[in-house]
This record gives sequence, C-alpha cells and structure tokens, in this order.
Amino acid sequence: MRGLTFDIAHMLAGSLVLVSFIQLYQDRLSALINVFALHALVLAASVAWQAFIQDAPHLYLTAMIALGFKAIIIPVALHRIIVKLGIHREIETVVGVGPAMLLGMGLVALSMVVMLRVTADADPLAREDLAFALSVVLLGLLMMVTRRNAVSQVIGFMSLENGLVLAATGAKGMPLVVEISVAFSVLIAFIVIGIFLFRIRERFDTVDVQALDRFRGERQ
Amino acid sequence: MIDALGGVLLIPALSAALLAALPGYKLTARLNVLAAFLTFATAVSLFVVQPQSGPYLLVDDLNKVFIVLTTFVGFTTSAFSASYIGHEIAIGRLTPTYVRFYHSMYQVLMFAMNLALVANNIGLMWVAIELATLTTVLMVGIYRTHEALEAAWKYFILGSVGIALALFGTILVYMAARPVIGEGLSAMVWSVLVTHAAMFDPALLNVAFVFLLLGYGTKVGLAPLHAWLPDAHAEGPTPISAVLSGLLLNVALYALLRFKMLLALNPAAIAPGPLMVTMGLISCVFAAFMLYKRRDIKRMFAYSSIEHMGIIVFAFGMGGPLANFAGLLHMTMHSLTKSAIFFAVGHIAQVKSTQKIADMGGLTVTNPVLGWGLVLGVVAIAGLPPLGIFMSEFLVVSSTFSRQPLLVLILVFGILVGLGGLFLRLNNIVFGEPVGPTAPAQASYVPMFAHLAIVAMAGIYLPPALVTGFQNVARLLG
Repeated sequence: MRGLTFDIAHMLAGSLVLVSFIQLYQDRLSALINVFALHALVLAASVAWQAFIQDAPHLYLTAMIALGFKAIIIPVALHRIIVKLGIHREIETVVGVGPAMLLGMGLVALSMVVMLRVTADADPLAREDLAFALSVVLLGLLMMVTRRNAVSQVIGFMSLENGLVLAATGAKGMPLVVEISVAFSVLIAFIVIGIFLFRIRERFDTVDVQALDRFRGERQ
Repeated sequence: MIDALGGVLLIPALSAALLAALPGYKLTARLNVLAAFLTFATAVSLFVVQPQSGPYLLVDDLNKVFIVLTTFVGFTTSAFSASYIGHEIAIGRLTPTYVRFYHSMYQVLMFAMNLALVANNIGLMWVAIELATLTTVLMVGIYRTHEALEAAWKYFILGSVGIALALFGTILVYMAARPVIGEGLSAMVWSVLVTHAAMFDPALLNVAFVFLLLGYGTKVGLAPLHAWLPDAHAEGPTPISAVLSGLLLNVALYALLRFKMLLALNPAAIAPGPLMVTMGLISCVFAAFMLYKRRDIKRMFAYSSIEHMGIIVFAFGMGGPLANFAGLLHMTMHSLTKSAIFFAVGHIAQVKSTQKIADMGGLTVTNPVLGWGLVLGVVAIAGLPPLGIFMSEFLVVSSTFSRQPLLVLILVFGILVGLGGLFLRLNNIVFGEPVGPTAPAQASYVPMFAHLAIVAMAGIYLPPALVTGFQNVARLLG
C-alpha cells in the first residue's frame, strides 16, 4: 500500500483538514462559502482517488455527488440566499481567530492520539484516513459552536459531514456509502431550505413565500 | 411473497402515498387510523408466524416487543389525532393542505420507525433513524409560528449532529468488523456481527460506542444532549409530542441497546454499562429539578420524558436479566402512560386555547373527564402504587439496589424530586378555581383511557406470557 497511491491519498485527506482550518478563520460569509466549495472540491478529489485505488466504481458516484451538489449547487444557492437576505457583507463576531485556531489544533491532536492509538492493527491508509476524518468532524463541530449565524452553522455541519464521507470511503469496501451520501444530501437540501424559510420569517415576520415575492416586487 | 415483516413496512409506506393523494380530512383521518390499525395487526402476527430474517431485515424476540409497542401506540395516537386535528381545522390553525401533508408524514414516520426496528443492517438502521428525524422535524414546524420554526430548527441542528456522530460510530463498527468478517455487506449485518463480535478489535469498538452513545443518546434525549426535546414537544402538534415521547425515543434507545449487546459480547471491550448508568442518572436528576419551573404544560411533560428515559437507560446500563426486565417494563409503561397524558394534554390545550399552566385551573370541575384523566395519568407517571410505573420503578430499584446502593439512592432521590414537581404543577392545573374557557372538549377519550387501563392493570397483574416474553428479551440483552 505504500508508495505514490498512499502519498496522494494522504495528501488529499490532509488538505481537507487544512481547508477546515481555513474555514475556521473566515469571518465574512461569502468568503466562508467559497472556502466550503473548496472543501467539497478536495473531498471529491479524495473520494475519486479512493475509488481509483480501491477499484470501487460506486465511489465515483459519491465523488460526483460531492462535486456537483456540495461544491457547486449548494454554494451557489447559499450565495444567492445571503445576497437576497442582505447578509453577504455581514462580518461575524467569531471567538477570535487565535483561540479558535488553538482549539482546532487541540482537537486535531486529540483525534490523532485517539485514532492512531486504537487502530494500531488496521492498515495504515485506513487508520490515517480515519484520524484525518475525525479531525474534520471535530473541526466542523467547533465551527458550529463558535458561530451564531445560521448559514455558517450549516457550513460547519456540511464540513462535518464531509469528514464522515471521508471516513466512510476510507473504510475499504464499506457498503451503502452511496446511499448514505444521498441521504445526507437530502438532509442538507432540507437544511438550506430551512434556513431560507427561517431567515425570511425573521426579516419579514412571515414564512409565507409570497412575502418574498412582494419584497422582490418592491425592489424592482 | 410478502410476509408480516414486509407488511409492517409496506402498509405505512403505501398509505403515506395514498394519504398524500387524497383530499378531505375526514376521510384521510379515518384512513390514517385504519392503516395504523392494519400495521398493528400485522405486527401482532409476528408473534404467531415468525418470518425469515434476511441480510436487510430481521425479526427476533427483542425487536418484536419494540415493533408491537410502536405500532400499538401509533394506532391509538392516530385515533387521538383524528379528533385533535378536527379541532385544529375547525379553529383554522391548520389548513386542509397541511392536514393532508400531516397524515402522509405520520405514515412516513411509522414506516421509518418500523424500518429502524427491523433493520438487520447498521447502515440501514441509521438511514431509517435519519428519516424518522426528518419527518418529525417537518411535523414539529407544521404550525409555522415563530416558536414552532425555531423549535424545529433547533431539533434539526442538534438531531443532525447526533445522527452524524452516530454515523461515525457506525463506520468505526464496520472498521472493527472488516478484518474478521471481510469486506462488503455482511460486515454491517447484525446477525453476522453478533456471532463474530468476540474477535473484533476492542479498542475500535470502544471508540465506536462512545460515538454511538453520544449520537443516538442525543435522539434518546439524555442530558446534557437533550436541549432539542422540550422545544420540539412543546411547539409541535400534540399527537406528535405523544409519538416523540412514546415511540421515537424508544427507537433511538433500541439502536443503543443493539450496540450495547455487541460490546457485551466482546470480553476485551469496555463495559458499556457505567457510561449508560452515568448518563441515565444525570438525565433523571436534572430533569426532575427542571420540572419545578415549567410554565408550559407540554414542556413540563417533555422534561418528565427525559427523566424517565434516564431511569430506563440506568436500568439497561446496570444490565443483568432482572434490571433489563425492569427497564423493558418501564419503557413499555412509560410509552403508554406518557402518550395517554399527551392525549389528555392535547384536548386540555384545545379547551383552554393555551398551553400556559397559569391560564388553566379547576379542570376537574369544568371538564371532569379530561381533568380526572390527567390526574390518573400523572399519578401513574409519578410512580404511585398500584399502577404500572410504580411496579416497574420498584423493580428497577430492587434489582439494582444490592449491587450499587449509592447510585440507586441518587435515582430514588431523582424520582421523588420529580414526583414533587409533577404534583405541584398538577395541583394548579386540575384543582382550584376554574380559569379560562370552560367549553366541553370535542374529544375521543377512548385512546387515553385504553392506555391508562393497561397501565393500571399491569400494576396489579402481568400476564405470564408477557413475563416470559420479557424475560427472554432481558436474557438476550445480557
């Protein structure tokens, strides 16, 4: 398993952790969405590489979902939503970049210690993948608790979920990965629609979608 | 050939599609009841003819109990729901379109819960629990008030994090199983996992269980992961509160118990018991104190559910045939009693057109049937003799006292504190001067009193067949 295939898988999974860190210190929503698109892109590359080295064609489907849905459709939709709600220039008060990064590093160290120790017997690719995946999951959780805006919480959740997909594809031969990633996509679609309705309610005092049409009509 | 196993899945799935297509609430409400009854009848037939288990679906003594309980409460709740929804339409809180959606979602929820219970595959089980979460989120937000949407959103985010953690745990279980069983589907199948569990890597299983406990524990509503539960109970339609408390929490608990069995079979893995005991005790005591300051009647009974789930998880965490038996009995009694209470509460909130405890009073005078029904329910849930919950709580305490007297004392303390809180609030609601509207309720009391009758009877006499059945399951749980 050692050699170039291993190194590339390692690099892609590591980049995912790196992009998670980049997400942590984004304080503008539109920049955050762009970084999330990058996150999904790296995930798609990583899953595709796993599909190639495991010779598991169904994983290409998961990679396609990550690419099409999470790297393109969701970011575009979120950009439109924040523009429509007028929060695209909003600067969020994050828990300070310094402490957040320190906490993040602590979490990564924690997941390395836990996962590498308990998976001593597993094959090296799987165990390091798992350690990276847990880091991404924990960084996603950290993001969800350090943000107050619904949109950035959702982005935290989606990057958490990217970590899960990484773990699932790293577990060689795991069945139902495609089904699970589809189930998650449905969940995320619901969440995004949810934010939309929720925020509209906050702004216009109704969730009636017609209110939105009325609002649009006023602007034109 | 479709056997009973397919039936408990197909009937709700088909009726969900049918109910989505049919207009008119009277017809759909009746069809909803009919579908729920058919599912229940099919579930009972599982005891007569046990279908063959496959790689995806499974029936054994453990999940039969859960399926019958789920479909029974699902059926009675659908009957309650018919009269409840009628009133909601009459006062214009729900439009016919939403009712159509509601009935369809009700059956989807039944389908998802049954699927989670019969799934023989840990991945499938996870997907089913996610589906159940999603449908309940939609139903909690159905009134579309600001509070309802906020509750739905909170439930959604916390529930999603919970199921995400559970998925990570599921992946870890697969990783532990793969070297022993080999790649592919069979490494996620329960019946295969159980036979090979002793050879799994214990360290991986340990980490997996921590994630599963946190993940599914969120769905069970264990403190400190319970934050979604009171909001979701308070803001959704009351039939959904009844189903959430009575059934969905049990389904998540069932998932937890399955994984506990897996760990118990591996001698080198950590004992899952102490973790569950700790979380159970924290939930029980914490929720008992929270009962005192509640102003919303549904929120109060939601905290009472957390308290009881704590007791149940405590019993299962202690383990052993006796404590497991007690836990199983307590779970059954709690499901029946709590849904009966929510049936009463639903009608009370409709009569008073509020959920605030301060705006209620003197119910035993103005609406004697409802008022005394609620009194009976609260007496039962607080664990007073001779009703069923007293018996099951007594069993929990007596079966564990000799092993961990100190912990059991904490548990008893929690139960007593909870009892005080419940009666304090009950006093405001049903006795004293009548407050608020006093119109008679347009209610069907049959489901409520049917549940309470079963609970009352169970306190005095348990059928021997039931006892042997529960004993078998308790042995299975280890």
